[in-house]
Amino acid sequence: MFIRKNKMNSSRTGRRKPIVSAALLAIGLSLTGGIYAAFTATTASAEVDLKSPQVIEEGSKLFAANCATCHGQQAQGTKNGPSLIGVGAAAVDFQVGTGRMPMEANSAQAPVKPVEFKDEQVKALAAYVASLAPGPSIPSQSQLTGGNVAAGGELFRINCAMCHNVAGAGGALTEGKYAPELKNVSAVHIYEAMLTGPQNMPVFNDLNLTPSDKKDIIAYLEYNKSHPSPGGIELSSLGPVSEGLFIWIIGLGAIVGFTIWITAKSN
Amino acid sequence: MANNDKAKGAVVASQVDSSIELGTAVVGPEEFTNPGLPPHRQRITDVDPKRMKRAERIVFTLFYASILGSVFAVFAYMYFPIEDGDTTSVRLNTLFIGLGIAFALLAIGIAAVHWGKAVMADHEGVDHRHPTRGSDETRARAVEIFQEANEESGFSRRTLIRNGLIGALVAFPLPAIALFRGLAPMNEDPNNLMKHTMWKKGSRLAHDPTGVPIKVSDLTIGSAFQVIPEDLVDLPEHEKLDAKAKAAVLLVRLKPEDLKWSSAERESWSYQGIVAYSKICTHVGCPVALYEQQTHHLLCPCHQSQFDISNESAVIFGPAARPLPQLPIYVDDEGYLRAQSDFTEPVGPSFWERTK
Repeated sequence: MFIRKNKMNSSRTGRRKPIVSAALLAIGLSLTGGIYAAFTATTASAEVDLKSPQVIEEGSKLFAANCATCHGQQAQGTKNGPSLIGVGAAAVDFQVGTGRMPMEANSAQAPVKPVEFKDEQVKALAAYVASLAPGPSIPSQSQLTGGNVAAGGELFRINCAMCHNVAGAGGALTEGKYAPELKNVSAVHIYEAMLTGPQNMPVFNDLNLTPSDKKDIIAYLEYNKSHPSPGGIELSSLGPVSEGLFIWIIGLGAIVGFTIWITAKSN
Repeated sequence: MANNDKAKGAVVASQVDSSIELGTAVVGPEEFTNPGLPPHRQRITDVDPKRMKRAERIVFTLFYASILGSVFAVFAYMYFPIEDGDTTSVRLNTLFIGLGIAFALLAIGIAAVHWGKAVMADHEGVDHRHPTRGSDETRARAVEIFQEANEESGFSRRTLIRNGLIGALVAFPLPAIALFRGLAPMNEDPNNLMKHTMWKKGSRLAHDPTGVPIKVSDLTIGSAFQVIPEDLVDLPEHEKLDAKAKAAVLLVRLKPEDLKWSSAERESWSYQGIVAYSKICTHVGCPVALYEQQTHHLLCPCHQSQFDISNESAVIFGPAARPLPQLPIYVDDEGYLRAQSDFTEPVGPSFWERTK
């Protein structure tokens, strides 16, 4: 009885039991993962004419309703959001098409979340922003396929792996920011990210990584996706962090368990 | 029965007391009385013949299972061969052979331990520890042997032989020192090697890994280029990595008004917001290239040192002691980026002669 009471008291103080926190964390993680997978499935590109005045007009209305608060009525930027003049259709397609924009809160990292617009609406917004000033456009399908995996691997290791991890598993940056993992990102979004340098990612324009270099990098990432690791379980490809955790807890735990068993007296 | 056991234990304990020297152990005034040996506790296998049979079964089953494991490993070797160029076949091959061998060994180990613990006879025995000091006769004889050996070999009498032996033993490790010296750079001063990179006046900045020179117009605001000296690609393969380990550079373009400079001379090392910094961390030399385009922070992935590119790459966090060295650059008539000189200070981590 007494123990019961104590337990109830402790739960009333608002401190969660570790198992509850772990469960919540697991639920949260799987939810984000699920949502992420769901959104990548919905970004099949529809054929929309980005030059058509009706599409631009529709984009302009969407912009005024959803983006103008931070980016300004004419996309000229405010103190809450940068100017979008000249960022091009590629930037809009990436930011809105991956759910990063509109942002939930003004923070250092714009995280991936469920896409708020239909694909036609994303394209209409892109068409509107592209109509303001020339900028990088959305790459065509032929720009995304047929790259050289080996060359892409070398370019990826030189230009991308320091932040995104050599297997594209993502990694931490400063002050709570992070480079997202690339395993569930569609080829067109990878291309657009390189071209426009979203958030804190540097810009890799076509003179730094040529269109064929970009194609190679995408080929490397696709190859990684479709080929299982020859070394067995990847442990999220995080390298020494997850591998160390595994061997120290499971491996060493087993050794300690055996040692205790060997020295314990028989029943 | 239990009482009897206890009495026995006490007798044993008192014998132990009288025959064991305490040595250097500290005995406090409030010394505990020797509780003697605990009463013998019978195992379930001693009491219950059925359980004994079961333990026996477990042990021999494990031994036979171990044989199966070994045979499995042999079959795994035959049925999961390593195919040329197929990395998955390597995984299956090593995985199943390893599982078989591991199971075979583990089963032997577990069976042996279980045999010893549950099946073999279980009783306490006392083995008295012998005093470590030899008897007086043994000790006297040992001294005698030394004296005899000295006498017969003439070790202290024939001083030339003795000194020759000592000299030979001292000289013997000398070749090793000479060989180790050979691992260090021979014809060049290592101190000098660490202070200079292959950047020199007029070196063109080029793309890593192609060596294609970079034009100033290639860089848009927010761009980050991984840069090597143009002539690095012409070096032989083994020299290339050595040179690149010192000469790697990160080239970025910021808005010129975002850059803060301590002097006009320092500002002249940049060009319209384009700056080039060594990629070698001043802490322990990891490549620092995690560049954040908006905050202008550069993060070292090894120990989280952070450098502020907009402020002459000053250290703003972490263990690095110095800012990253800046490569002074200029633009030639054709619009290519070139180095004004080598870095003006040694790149990378500290070393003893760094400031001399």
